[in-house]
Amino acid sequence: MKHKTFFWFVFPSVLAMLLFIAFPIVSVVIQSLHVAHEQVIITVQNCGPFGCTDSTKIDTDATAALRAAEPLGRWAGLTTYFDRGHLATNEVAQAWTTATSLPDFLGRLINLPFYKAMFFTLTFTAIVTPLTLIFGFAIAVAVNSAAKSLRGPLIFFTLLPMIVTPLVGSLILFWMVDARGIVGTLLQWAAGDPDLSVKASTPLMWAMLMVYGVWHSAPFAFIVYYAGLQTVNKETLEAAVVDGASRWERIRYVVLPHLLPLTTFIALIQLMDNFRVFEPIVSFSAQAHATSLSWAIYNDLGGETQQLSSAAATSVLTILCIALLLTPVLVRTWRDFARK
Amino acid sequence: MKIWKTAAFATAIALLNGTTAMAACGITEGRISVVGNEFPAIQSIAKRMGDCAATGVELKSNLTADHQKINVAGMQGNPAEYSSAIIANSSIVALINEDVIRPLDDLMAMYGAAIPDGQKIVIDGKVMAVAFMANAQTLAYRKDILDQIGVAPPKTYEELLAAAKLIRDQGIMANPVGGSYAAGWNLAQEFVNMYLGYGGAFFVPGTAEVAINNAQGVDALNMMKSLTEYMNPDFLTHDSNATQAEWEAGNVALMNMWGSRMQNLMDDVGSEPVVYENTKVAGPMTVGGGTSPATTLWWDGWTVAKNVSDADAAATFQAMAYASSPDILTPETMNQAVWLLAGYTPDAVSEGVLAAVSAGTTPYPMLPYMGLLHTALGDNLADFLQGKESAEQALADAEAAYSTAAREKGFLK
Amino acid sequence: MSTIGQRQPIALRVFAITFLVFWMVIAAFPFLWTLWGSFKVEGDFFSKANWANAVFGVMTTAETGAALTGDGYHGAWVQEEFWRATFNTTLVCLFVVTISLTLGTLGGYALSRSTERYTFWLLIIALIFRAMPPITLVSGYLPVFFEWNLWGHLPTAIIVLVAINQPFTLWMLTSFFKNIPQDLDESAMVDGCTRFQAFRRVIIPVMWPGVITTGLFSFLLAYNDFAVTAMILSKENQTMVPKIASFLGTTQTKGNVMFAVAAVVSATAPLFILIMFFQRQIVSGLTAGAVKG
Repeated sequence: MKHKTFFWFVFPSVLAMLLFIAFPIVSVVIQSLHVAHEQVIITVQNCGPFGCTDSTKIDTDATAALRAAEPLGRWAGLTTYFDRGHLATNEVAQAWTTATSLPDFLGRLINLPFYKAMFFTLTFTAIVTPLTLIFGFAIAVAVNSAAKSLRGPLIFFTLLPMIVTPLVGSLILFWMVDARGIVGTLLQWAAGDPDLSVKASTPLMWAMLMVYGVWHSAPFAFIVYYAGLQTVNKETLEAAVVDGASRWERIRYVVLPHLLPLTTFIALIQLMDNFRVFEPIVSFSAQAHATSLSWAIYNDLGGETQQLSSAAATSVLTILCIALLLTPVLVRTWRDFARK
Repeated sequence: MKIWKTAAFATAIALLNGTTAMAACGITEGRISVVGNEFPAIQSIAKRMGDCAATGVELKSNLTADHQKINVAGMQGNPAEYSSAIIANSSIVALINEDVIRPLDDLMAMYGAAIPDGQKIVIDGKVMAVAFMANAQTLAYRKDILDQIGVAPPKTYEELLAAAKLIRDQGIMANPVGGSYAAGWNLAQEFVNMYLGYGGAFFVPGTAEVAINNAQGVDALNMMKSLTEYMNPDFLTHDSNATQAEWEAGNVALMNMWGSRMQNLMDDVGSEPVVYENTKVAGPMTVGGGTSPATTLWWDGWTVAKNVSDADAAATFQAMAYASSPDILTPETMNQAVWLLAGYTPDAVSEGVLAAVSAGTTPYPMLPYMGLLHTALGDNLADFLQGKESAEQALADAEAAYSTAAREKGFLK
Repeated sequence: MSTIGQRQPIALRVFAITFLVFWMVIAAFPFLWTLWGSFKVEGDFFSKANWANAVFGVMTTAETGAALTGDGYHGAWVQEEFWRATFNTTLVCLFVVTISLTLGTLGGYALSRSTERYTFWLLIIALIFRAMPPITLVSGYLPVFFEWNLWGHLPTAIIVLVAINQPFTLWMLTSFFKNIPQDLDESAMVDGCTRFQAFRRVIIPVMWPGVITTGLFSFLLAYNDFAVTAMILSKENQTMVPKIASFLGTTQTKGNVMFAVAAVVSATAPLFILIMFFQRQIVSGLTAGAVKG
């Protein structure tokens, strides 16, 4: 394809991405390298319906001059990346030198917000991604062996967890697993412990978040695998049967290799989405037990005073981590591409 | 299309109201665009603002729970998208920090003769906002349960703990205490209440240096921990919605709750008669022998944007002053809030908030860096309540998180 | 597969059916529970006292006189005018899907036909773009949108959603077009067509299955989006999900949770019809190779 033709074909798509993703990313990177100006604080008297108090406020005239001089804020370099809210290099070094043992060091590490979030994010990604693949595959095989007339409704119901607005879907689940909700009661009965409460225990909360993660994304893996199964070469399968291959061998040597490219695709998307886990933590009010990098960004932006630089630094770290996580998959794709 | 729609809407209202509209509000032109939260009292104000519609007037309101995320950005442009933001004492700080609202003194002199001094929010000698309603967290209790154990409504948190112990020991309720202790904003708010109750100060006076890792801070956390022992074990996930649901299900007999939610607790929707008929409201409690109650006072009020033309600012001021004047009080709106307006006759539900005002409760601190501390507290105190670390460690973590954020925002060097 | 499926041993068949029933319960039960609960009052739906209240409607009977009530639906649709949000969502979905697919098919086709190295890097960069958390993007847009008076309008939200969704669309459509034999369009070009004519006359007629599948994902993104629409749209242009969120109340004030529940159920019903209608195309679209990464 000629360069010029190629250019015009991809131009609208690339323009949209440049304007709404690339430029914001550049501005986020710039933002993360700056911090706010020094604020000139003055003591003033505040009065309102409940009386007067001495308080402080920002001297806006003095601050405005600083702002006009440097509209982006103070240059901070990588300071924000290494502060306590992010990589916390000083705190980690201090924990390393003063820690009495490895568990003590890890305990102190996890007390730092970034590492706490990272610990959950990585565990979540490592557990949910493979389970989603396995579950999606199993459902696809099961639906595929069901009678044709049943498949339409089966597909719809399977897709439900992905369709129902996560905002309310997770809220409803949250009420269902309450100690007095239907699922909570069922769990208490199953465990034989009338005081069992998912919401009060960190391990159970983690488990619930992960179950939700698999439940929510299994339909995506399902629909991709289900389609893949339709194209498995029947002749190869028949030939395998003639050769006396067992059911397991047929799956192992014919079906799975055929589905491998699909697995790469699902794994790529799922790794990325699971690493950005965020919505269930908010909907399940789980922040006392689990936090993630995306949640940290949300928390920085959601307070009374927005912490833009901190959120920007966390966003850049998220992108870098995802790039690192995807490297094996990308190297593989590059080899495939280079071979052609 | 939108302009057309707005214009058509304005004309329709103008036709409906005839000439009284102009007389009511006194404005004939200008752009009025309001952003604010969406609770009923603010909805009523926005509705009443509709009276100001006239052919030359452009009226818009955007009431949403996410107002805090868009109001600063929406007032920074020139001209600003919003000519007025409705805010509370915690959120006005963000607008002052970014210098997007204007002092109202000159407008007040021209159009605000009817606004009493009590409603004016004066910062450094300048009127920056006009408050119209108040709120506070106060005690809600179940009269039948307290009668059963023979105890008067608690005046202090220590009495509340004693009453809770009696209720549990007599087998009436397993977890008789409620509270919005959800990690995050709610939990931080409870700490702010309790810490102020013990007489603590958040910062070294006149600076942004935090100072909460002290005896009052530890006492406040220990009191919170004692309370949680009488709460549903899920307390760290209970926001005020969930706490209210616990109450309406009849599982809780004592809790510290927002005055603005008492109406919902006492109406006949959502709970059985034995619960709603016995739900009573009392003033806030003190703690540790303190004199000032362990709660904070809140107001909601309106502001006028800096980056709008003087004509639009004048129109906005007049419209907001008209919409939040005492005439808004009707039987329908009377119970929507604790109005700070002349002619407001409080109902039983409002007794708590009024008691909080008369007991000299501290208003929620209106400091430029308070929001950062609130976030830091919300993120770090849960570890202590779960027994994962000591009170001192939790407070030290909150201080460290705050200091990092404050350095990034230029409050600390 | 189905012919092989016939020969499954009984044990395996029983296992497959059991697993399928188990999954159906897990997948569908929360929704069916919500559907049933949407005809109750809040006290029953969230039944903090006893979960069985949600089944028998004890509080519903006490408050409304019957075990089932349509109050939630009435409140959402009549009192809160949920239909406005539905209308806005319809517009947003329609345009997001159409524009995403138009841009995506053009780009995806070119990426699948070019053998230059830059196509690979373009795809990788698009993937890295997708890694950006949407909330950070949105907080970056706000000042600019307000400054240029773009904030609040439906077209702004549509373009943003299209852009955010482009990386995924490009990846899916590129792999889909790779499975359409190159000979098709190349022979058309030998016959004198330009590249674009070949695309229009030869490729467009055979690309629909893949496009429909990709469209489904674009649709779901636009339909379920909260982060972008909640922050960028003004009140009168609000779509369904932010509207539903606004029913949930805030810290200081109680919301109308049942309105939200009824609205969620109403919002899911049209999707049922849509999926039943398109299920053959969705699956055959994927079959045609849309996802062979």
